[in-house]
Amino acid sequence: MIQGYLRADGRKGIRDAIVVVYLVECAHHVARRIVEAAGDPRVQLIGFPGCYPNDYALSMMKALTTHPNVGGVVLVSLGCESFNREALAANAAAAGRPVETVVIQQAGGTRPSIAAGVEAVRRVRDAADAGVRRVPMALSELVVGTICGGSDGTSGITANPAVGRVFDALVDAGATCIFEETGEMVGCEGHMAERAATPAVADALIASVEHAERYYRAMGYGSFAPGNAEGGLSSQEEKSAGAYAKSGSRPIDGVILPAEMPRGPGLYLLDVVPPGDPKFGFPNIVDNAEIGELMACGAHVTLFTTGRGSVVGSAIAPVIKICANPETYARMKGDMDVDAGRILVGEATIDGIAQEIVALIEAVAAGAQTCSEALGHQEFVLTYKASGPAGPACLAA
Amino acid sequence: MTVAAIVLSPADNVAVCCRTVEAGETIELAGRTLIIAERVALGHKIALMALSPGDKVVKYGMPIGSMTAPVQAGGWVHMHNMKSDYIAAHLRDAVGESA
Repeated sequence: MIQGYLRADGRKGIRDAIVVVYLVECAHHVARRIVEAAGDPRVQLIGFPGCYPNDYALSMMKALTTHPNVGGVVLVSLGCESFNREALAANAAAAGRPVETVVIQQAGGTRPSIAAGVEAVRRVRDAADAGVRRVPMALSELVVGTICGGSDGTSGITANPAVGRVFDALVDAGATCIFEETGEMVGCEGHMAERAATPAVADALIASVEHAERYYRAMGYGSFAPGNAEGGLSSQEEKSAGAYAKSGSRPIDGVILPAEMPRGPGLYLLDVVPPGDPKFGFPNIVDNAEIGELMACGAHVTLFTTGRGSVVGSAIAPVIKICANPETYARMKGDMDVDAGRILVGEATIDGIAQEIVALIEAVAAGAQTCSEALGHQEFVLTYKASGPAGPACLAA
Repeated sequence: MTVAAIVLSPADNVAVCCRTVEAGETIELAGRTLIIAERVALGHKIALMALSPGDKVVKYGMPIGSMTAPVQAGGWVHMHNMKSDYIAAHLRDAVGESA
């Protein structure tokens, strides 16, 4: 039985994090020292490095600091950066999250700011603990994201189709599932459109992938890393076909943007590629940028499939690592929650692995630690991005 | 014993190796007898039939690119003899160039 954390805004979380948020790189060190001083895995570091303002970063931080897995917030500002700390604090407070802000230039520099932050964390954690209630939470109340990282020729035939079956089971149970990376759907747009719940969603799916292809072409690279090639993948569309298998077979209910909550249960594509011509660089520089966006869309937990072997976890929401490749699993099993490579060697079936993953999601939602949590992984990255609707069809209901 | 390779869709002209296969190995696959031309690693693809430049490479029943050089049945199909029909992929050595 999952005992969720009921927040003042009515949302239910599966973790109870206190996030310490640096609002510019200049405040990163102070924020990190505040987190280290807490010595509590619940107290986690997230942040944004830039000094220039960015609507996307603000909307992401608003979503993340009010994530259902987050119980309280401490903001750490240098003082002169552009980030709208007042708007961020007000947004968290409006969602019932205890929030305090330390401004380094006002507090008197590094040492007084760390001391003030340590006290702020203590007060925020106490207030969060006093305000939270544990309540039963059904599988249908979960939002589950999926991502693949370090894919190889095994990802698309073991771990990814297994996650697809998991998504089918979760959608059938009334849960909300999000798959992503429109740049990794290049070549699959026609098949996706046939699964669209409405003609408007079909148009949005095709438009988002066509835009992703134009965007990546202008950047000079697809969503394809050298390790993908070393693992046997030869083209973007081959990688896409494997990645797409994570979405399962149920109707696709909509296309959402980063920090946009799905409108209801069902299956959604997260369009990670910013609108317009390339600006600020690659859509997401690394897997954790995508995990961050899935969390900002409400994901309580992320299913991460890997062939080559990723070790990352995340702040805020647990990451379940599903290893596609039996050779990688043998090398890196301390980082892997599920050994889907057993499908390849005939020791397990896709459905059997899918059942194992569903059971693990329930256990993790009930409090069991994932490998990356137990190892202390709390990666987080957020960079500049253009924001706004991706196109007239992309917000179709 | 792990099967050497699997064919994912009846329309495919390549198979995916379930383990590393060695040059000279003979494997039975999709009603064919293939003699492996060279060492091919787990997760990589072998041609089920001879393919020529311009031929579509079909895996999962869908095209995943086009051949740029010929390959014989049982040969390795990868970036040295095929390319994307969408966006060029890259290797570590080739970063900064379009493959």
